[in-house]
Amino acid sequence: MSRAGALGRVVRSGVGRRRVQTVVIAVAVMMAVAAAVVAGSLMVAANAPFDHAFAQQKGAHITAEYDPAKATTAQLRATGQLEGVTATAGPYPITTISPVDAEGMKPPAMTLVGRPTPHADVDDLDLTSGRWATKPGEVVLTPQFAGPAFKLGTTLKTSDAADARTLTVVGMATSASRTADAWATPAQVRALASKDTPVTSQMLYRFDSADTNGQIAADRKKLIAALPTGALLGTTSYLDTKRAADSGAAPTIPFLIAFGVLGIAMSVIIVGSVVSGAVGTSLRRIGILKAIGFTPREVVRAYVAQALIPAGAGIALGVVLGNLLAVPLLEDTEQAYGTASLTVAWWVDVVVPAAALLVVGIAALIPALRAGRLSTIEAIAVGRAPRTGRGQWAHRAAGRLPLPRAVTYGLASPFAHPVRTAALLLAVAFGTVAATFAVGLTSSLNAVGAAQDPENRAAVSVFTGAGPHVSRNGPGPAPGTAEPEKADPARVRAAIAAQSGTASYYGRTQAEVTVGGVSGIAQATLYQGDSRSGAYEMISGHWLTGAGQVVVPSNFLEKTGTEIGDTVRVTYEKHMATLRIVGEAFAGSDDELEIYADMADFPGAEPSVYLVDVESGVSATEYAQKLAATIQPLGGDASANSPSEQDNFILILNAMAALLTLMLVSVAGLGVLNSVVLDTRERVHDLGVCKALGMSPRQTVSLVLASVAGIGVLGGLVGVPAGYALHAYVLPVMGHAAGTDLPSSVLDVYGTPQLLLLGLAGVVIALLGAMLPAGWAAKARTATALRTE
Amino acid sequence: MTQVIELKGVAKRYDSADAPALGPIDLSVAQGEALAVTGPSGSGKSTLLNLVAGLDKPTEGTVTVAGQGIDRLSEHALARFRRERIGMVFQFFNLLDDLTVADNIQLPAQLTGTARRKAAARAGELMEVLGIQKHARAYPGRLSGGERQRVAVARALVNRPALLLADEPTGALDSASGQDVRELLVDLHRGGQTIVLVTHDLALAEACASRTIHLVDGHLALDSPAEAVR
Repeated sequence: MSRAGALGRVVRSGVGRRRVQTVVIAVAVMMAVAAAVVAGSLMVAANAPFDHAFAQQKGAHITAEYDPAKATTAQLRATGQLEGVTATAGPYPITTISPVDAEGMKPPAMTLVGRPTPHADVDDLDLTSGRWATKPGEVVLTPQFAGPAFKLGTTLKTSDAADARTLTVVGMATSASRTADAWATPAQVRALASKDTPVTSQMLYRFDSADTNGQIAADRKKLIAALPTGALLGTTSYLDTKRAADSGAAPTIPFLIAFGVLGIAMSVIIVGSVVSGAVGTSLRRIGILKAIGFTPREVVRAYVAQALIPAGAGIALGVVLGNLLAVPLLEDTEQAYGTASLTVAWWVDVVVPAAALLVVGIAALIPALRAGRLSTIEAIAVGRAPRTGRGQWAHRAAGRLPLPRAVTYGLASPFAHPVRTAALLLAVAFGTVAATFAVGLTSSLNAVGAAQDPENRAAVSVFTGAGPHVSRNGPGPAPGTAEPEKADPARVRAAIAAQSGTASYYGRTQAEVTVGGVSGIAQATLYQGDSRSGAYEMISGHWLTGAGQVVVPSNFLEKTGTEIGDTVRVTYEKHMATLRIVGEAFAGSDDELEIYADMADFPGAEPSVYLVDVESGVSATEYAQKLAATIQPLGGDASANSPSEQDNFILILNAMAALLTLMLVSVAGLGVLNSVVLDTRERVHDLGVCKALGMSPRQTVSLVLASVAGIGVLGGLVGVPAGYALHAYVLPVMGHAAGTDLPSSVLDVYGTPQLLLLGLAGVVIALLGAMLPAGWAAKARTATALRTE
Repeated sequence: MTQVIELKGVAKRYDSADAPALGPIDLSVAQGEALAVTGPSGSGKSTLLNLVAGLDKPTEGTVTVAGQGIDRLSEHALARFRRERIGMVFQFFNLLDDLTVADNIQLPAQLTGTARRKAAARAGELMEVLGIQKHARAYPGRLSGGERQRVAVARALVNRPALLLADEPTGALDSASGQDVRELLVDLHRGGQTIVLVTHDLALAEACASRTIHLVDGHLALDSPAEAVR
C-alpha cells in the first residue's frame, strides 16, 4: 500500500472506529452551522431590509400618477424611452376605495391598482398567499391589512354606498415600493370609477441615477417635461418609502443582532472545542502511528482530515438545516418589516461553511501540531502513564465536601481539563444568556402589549354612539350595530351608575385637535371621570388627576421640544384650553401626534364609550347583556371585553425569540454532550475501576452529572447577569428606534424568583447535555472498561 | 466448611458460534482458602475471575459468592455486592491518579456510605499494616510499582471483603517488589483471608496458595494442592 493509501486508511479507520465521536462532531458542527446560517441571515435581514426587498422586486424609484384625460397610454409608455429611464411598468388604472368589511367596520381607505399580473419589469410583486386576481370581483391585499376581517375568502365592499361592489380577497401580495394597498384586474378598477373616486393612471419607473433626493427631483422633472402640462398628478419617491420602512424595521434590528452575535459566537466556541477535544483525545493513537513510521506532517494531515470528514458532513447538513430553519424566521422578519420575501443571502451559505471549515481546520490543527511535536514515546504514554498535577487540588478540596463520594469525585473532574472546561462554561453561559434575554424580551414585549391597550383592562365597554366609538385596539360594537344611533351620554352614564354590579367607570372619546405651534392635526383621547384604571404606563410624571392637565407620549415631547411642566395650547372644535404637561406616557404611534387630556377642558366633547369595571363575582357578559337591554332603546350598546389579542409584531418577536433561544440552548446542550463524551471516553478506564470497586450505575450517573453541575452553576452565575445586562441594553435601544422611552414596567421585568430559576437554566443545559453520556458510562461493561487504556 | 465460591456448570461464550471461553466447570472455594488459578494465555483465567467478581455473567450455570447467587443480580445489586464482599487487586494497580493514596484507599468505603472519619481510620490502619503510611498524601504517580500495589491491596481490603481477587498482582513488578507483594499475600492468607489469585507465576502460586487449579482452553485441567503443580 502506498504511503498516501496508508494515510487514507488511517483517516477512514479513525473516522469509523470512533463512531460516537464522529457523530457528535457531525451533529455539533451541523447545529452550530445551522445556528450561524440563521444568525447570519437574520443579521443580513436586519441590515437594510428595505434595500434588499427593493432590489429583489426591482422596486420603483418613482411611482407616478397621471391624469388619463391629459396623457394617452401611448404618451405614458413613451416616457419609458426618456434618457436615464432604465425600466418602466404601467400604465395601470388606479383609484381609491373606502372599504367596509363583512362586519360593517371601516378600515382606512385603500389605494387600488389594476394589474393583470403581479410580475413586471418594475415592482415585481411577491404573491405571499393565495393567487392573483384574474376576474372582476376579486382583490389581492397587502399583508398589512391581513387579520380576522380580511383573510383569503373574506369579502369587502368598495364603499358604504348601497350599490357598492363586493370584492373577494383571493390573495396577499407585498410591494417593497408600496405602490398600492390592493390590486384587482384593470377592468375591475376601471369599473369602480366614480365622480368622487376617479380612475387615474399609475406608471412605475426605474432610473440609472436615483440615489439622492436631488437625482430623484431631476428624474421627476424629465417626466413633467415629457408630457402635457398638468398630466402628472403626483409622484412618490422610493426614498420616502425607504425612510418609513426603515423606521418601522428599526426596533427589531438590535434584537436580531443580539441573537445573531450570540449564535455566531457560540457556533465558533462549540466547533472549536468539539474538534480540538476530539484530536486531543487521540494523542496515543498518534504516537503509535509515529512509531510505525508516519512522519509528524503525515500525522497532522491525517488528524486534520479526520476532523474535517465528519465536520464536512455536519457543515453540509447544517447549511441545509439552517436554510430550512431560516425560512419561518425570515417570514416572521418579513412580516415585521412589511417587506417582500426575504431569503437566505447566497453569500451566507458560502461564507458560513467556509468559515466553519476554517474554524474546524484551525481547531484540529493546533492539537494535531502539538501531537506532531510530541516525541513518539511521550505520545504513546499519554493516556496510559499516571497523570500528575492538573486537578488534584480540586479532588482534595472536593473530597472534603459533605456530599456522596461519587458526587465529590465528579465535581472535581472539570479541573483536569481547564481549556475544555472553559469552552464548556462559555457554551453553557451563552445558552443561559440566550434563555435569560429571551425570557426578559418576551416579558417586556408582553408588558408593551398590555401597556398599549389600557382600555381593554375594563370588563365592559358601553357605547353611546357619540363620536368615533372604536379605539385603535379596542372592542367594537356587536355585529349588526355598526352604525348605532347616538345616545345621550348623560342617560347612558346614569344607566351605568344605576346598574347593579358596577364597580367603577370612566368615559372616553377620541377627537382631532390642534396643538399650538404644531402644524397639522393631533389625535386627542379625552377622559371623563376617574380614568386611572385605564391609564397608560408612565415613563415619567403622572397620569391625569383633573382638568388643566395633559399627558403626552415621548414622541410628542421630542417633536415639540417640550418637557413635563410646560404648557401647551390645545384647540378642539372652537374650544381652546391651555394645559400643563404632567406626564410622559408609554403610548402613541410614530407617525402622528397624540395627547391624553380631561374632557372637562373641552365642553364640546362627549364620551363615545364608557369603560366599566364590575364588582368582584359579577359576570361581565351578564352585566353587559343586562345593561345593553337598558341602553339599546336609548341608542347605546354594551359588550363584555374579551382579552385583547396581542399585536402581530409582538407575537412575531415572541415567536422568533422562542425559536432562536431553543436553537441556541440546543447548541449549548450539544457542546456539553460533546465535552462529556470526550471526558467519559478519557475516563472510561477510571470509571471501570470505580465500578469494579463497587460504584453502582446510579453513582456513576451521579459522578458524570456532577462533573458538569458545577459548570452549569457557574454558567448560570455568568449567563444570567450577562443576559440581564443584554436585555437592559437592547430594550432601550429598541425603544429609541421606535421613538419612545420605555416605562419601568417594560424594563424591570425580571423578578428575583425568575432570575433564580434562570440561574438554574445553566444547570439544566449542562445536565441535559450530560445525561446521555452519563447513561453510557453507567451501562459500559466494567470488564471492557478495565481493559481500555 | 463454608464455601465462599461455588460455581455449578458455569460456561461463558463471547460468541454463540464459538467454543466457550470457559467451562462448563464446577468449582468450590472454601473460606480461608487461597486458590491460585494458572494456565496459558486464553485459557479462561480472567474470564473466571470476572465471573466471580460479578463483572461478567455466565452464559450457563450459576455463580454463588459469599452465599449470594450473583449471576442473576442487577447491575446495581452487583455493584453493592462487589463493594461489600469483594476486594480486587489488578496487574496494573488501577489506582486513580488524581486521588491521593489515602483517598484511593478510602474510596470503596465511601462508596458504601461509610462515614469519612471511619473510612479514614480504617485506611490509616491498613496503611500502617502495609507500611505505606508515609505516602498517605502522595499521589500514585510518585510511588514505586510495589508501593502502588500495596496501595491497591489496602484499597481492596478496606471494606473487609469476604473474598480477595488478585489478577496477576506481581505481573507488572520488578522481582524485589514482586517478592514484597508475595509476602503480603502470604500474610493475608495466614490471617484467614480467602484469596483467588490469577497468575502465570508458579512460584507465586506455590508461595501464596493452598490450592491451585490449572485451566487449559477453558477447562479445568488440574485441581490440587499448590505443590502438585510443579
